[in-house]
Amino acid sequence: MRDEGRSLRAVVAVILLAGFVLPILAGFAQTGRAAFGVLPAIGAVEWSLDPWRTLAAMPGFGTSLRLSLVTGVGSTVLALMLAAGFCALLHGRMSTAAIGRLLMPLLAAPHASLAIGLAFLLAPSGWIARAMSPWLTGWDRPPDLATVNDAWGVALIIGLLIKEVPFLLLVIGSALGQLPVRAQLAAGRALGYGRGMVWVKVIFPQVYPLIRMPLFIILAFALSVVDMAIILGPSNPPTLAVAITRWFSAPDVALILPASAAGLMQAAVVAGAIALWIGAERLARLIGRWWLSRGGRGYATGPGLWAAGVVVFTLLTLGVLALLALAVWSFAWRWSFPQALPQSWALRAWMTPGAGWGRALQTTLIIGGVTTLASLALAIAWLEGEDRARRGRAAWAQALIYLPLLVPQIGFLYGLNVLFLQVGISGGMLAVIWAQMLFVFPYVMIALSDPWRALDCQHIRAAAALGASPWRRLVAVKLPMLLRPLMVAGAIGFAVSVAQYLPTLFMGAGRVVTLTTEAVTLASGSDRRIVGVYAVLQAGLPFLAYGAALLVPGLVYRNRRELKGGNA
Amino acid sequence: MSLELSDVSVGPIGGAALFAPISLLVEPGQVGTLMGPSGIGKSTLLDAIGGHLVHGFAASGRVSLNGRDVLDLPAEARRIGVLFQDAMLFPHLSVGDNLAFGLARHIRGSARSMAVDEALEQAGLAGFANRDPATLSGGQRARAALMRALLAEPQALLLDEPFSRLDASLRAEIRGFVFDHLRARAIPGLMVTHDASDAEAAGGIIVQL
Repeated sequence: MRDEGRSLRAVVAVILLAGFVLPILAGFAQTGRAAFGVLPAIGAVEWSLDPWRTLAAMPGFGTSLRLSLVTGVGSTVLALMLAAGFCALLHGRMSTAAIGRLLMPLLAAPHASLAIGLAFLLAPSGWIARAMSPWLTGWDRPPDLATVNDAWGVALIIGLLIKEVPFLLLVIGSALGQLPVRAQLAAGRALGYGRGMVWVKVIFPQVYPLIRMPLFIILAFALSVVDMAIILGPSNPPTLAVAITRWFSAPDVALILPASAAGLMQAAVVAGAIALWIGAERLARLIGRWWLSRGGRGYATGPGLWAAGVVVFTLLTLGVLALLALAVWSFAWRWSFPQALPQSWALRAWMTPGAGWGRALQTTLIIGGVTTLASLALAIAWLEGEDRARRGRAAWAQALIYLPLLVPQIGFLYGLNVLFLQVGISGGMLAVIWAQMLFVFPYVMIALSDPWRALDCQHIRAAAALGASPWRRLVAVKLPMLLRPLMVAGAIGFAVSVAQYLPTLFMGAGRVVTLTTEAVTLASGSDRRIVGVYAVLQAGLPFLAYGAALLVPGLVYRNRRELKGGNA
Repeated sequence: MSLELSDVSVGPIGGAALFAPISLLVEPGQVGTLMGPSGIGKSTLLDAIGGHLVHGFAASGRVSLNGRDVLDLPAEARRIGVLFQDAMLFPHLSVGDNLAFGLARHIRGSARSMAVDEALEQAGLAGFANRDPATLSGGQRARAALMRALLAEPQALLLDEPFSRLDASLRAEIRGFVFDHLRARAIPGLMVTHDASDAEAAGGIIVQL
């Protein structure tokens, strides 16, 4: 019986190798060749270091690199501190599930739509300026200030924080659920430590190992984000990832070579930052031990927690207002500065799907639906294969899942598209779906793995003892019992798909237009009413998917107490 | 129908066996009892007999059911039922559908729902077909679980401390209910328990691990 499920596992392994690992490696190989001067498609056939020299001589290259590091590392460190502080403040006062439901709109909203909303909010002609003018500021026309696209990347950092802090809150919340926090808090305080100090010295060191991997994903993402950085980040020079995207898309094909070199450098930046982070962890451990053993009680940490609380609350408010701004603008008709609200409203932007958003919506739905279903099917096949082999996951397989989330997209997507061009599928839906799956599948897999393993294996044994074949056990017992986690994993996958920018841009070769690519393109300087419609739709789709994931299982199992979803 | 173990032992592959090889014969309708300290591998032995061993463990020896070797068969082909500590009714199915899940394939059409209704009646659960299993009491759940197992027409039944979650008065009642059914259908049973009164009530062979 050791052969049980061997063929299933073989199929999954082949799909993963051919569909995931190979494209990433081949994409990097193509990028690598181009970075050293070889890209026959544009007539470059000679190995050389010229692309690197050209790259170093690019105007603004150094600044771009610095901006990427500052915004990427800065936002991650800040997000960690803020989320940890906020959790310490709120623990015991709110359940993780309740926090998750409250944060759902912000978690579901794609980076691009949130960024657009934030720009509507923060821009000199944005909602905040309007609300405070002219009675407070005296402005009767938008001031000449760079509140968005500022040269330091502050707006970008704020945008990243609004997305990352809620995510970290959820991750930390679920990590805290695995620890005896209340008892340890009591023990620490009985020893004379202040509440905040117990969090810093006792609880946080136990939480950290549990949130390390998500933290690395956030760090890698923040260092290489493109869509949000185009909308909120410095524009000239932009962050490195945006600069590379521009060079790849430039009319001058010769720029592809230095762009490829920069793509490799982007990968090195992420690797370097993670290495640096690991080094900092070591240092923090040393210092932390020394600090802990000194026994300082620190009664005065309360204000720090409250400060974190105020900042997080401000960020969340900004995020909600940003999403609201999208909706308001999409229904606005006449809205002159400095009116706080539109003078007249109109449905006109919403009444003309033929203007472009109808098609983009349809494409987004098709791509999102196909990638989500395919990812779910693959994840189920993988997990079922593990079950039938009656063994857990090998460490290398676990690492494989995280791989696409840790390597920067820009490092291999363009190279992969060169291959897709040779095969002849570039510019089609298949290419986009394939490329998106690289990033959708890992999230689906991560979301589904824990609930799948948490399923009581005695139910499965009971089914087997009743004579149910492995397929019947899967279809009639496991999948129905896992309906809720399956729907949640599907919603997450769908949200990830809707939010994808670079894979759609590169693989679609401009011919596949989704809500995200169109929203990012229109974001700078187009009619805010039109942009608002795209961004609302883009934020709305994942929201609906999450809503369905919460509602449908409750409805299907309204008469099944154990599966209704607890206190939801 | 009889269940025979000859020199059966279980252990990690390439490691030492958990206990000395065991041989025993359970006659039709009898219930054999395995006793012994916690962690010695009683439940693992039941897993081996039922075909539910986890990866990395293997059984040696022979387990035969009516002279048929079962150790090389997958769990679903062994025709060995299991009753667990918890009833393990599937939470997504109604009580009736749980029983229908177990009901043997050769019963078709309207005979299926009749068989389910009859079984529910025997368990004192008439009219419970559409109920959510989560709304049943402990005793009701235990009886439903037994009926589900019996409808699959097993040739042997394994009992993994099935009464330990029930309080004393209910315990005797459910125990009697289970043993009576096994006797009436001439199905051999093998029970793991910590409770001497369980073993006494079973009245069959007792093996100390």
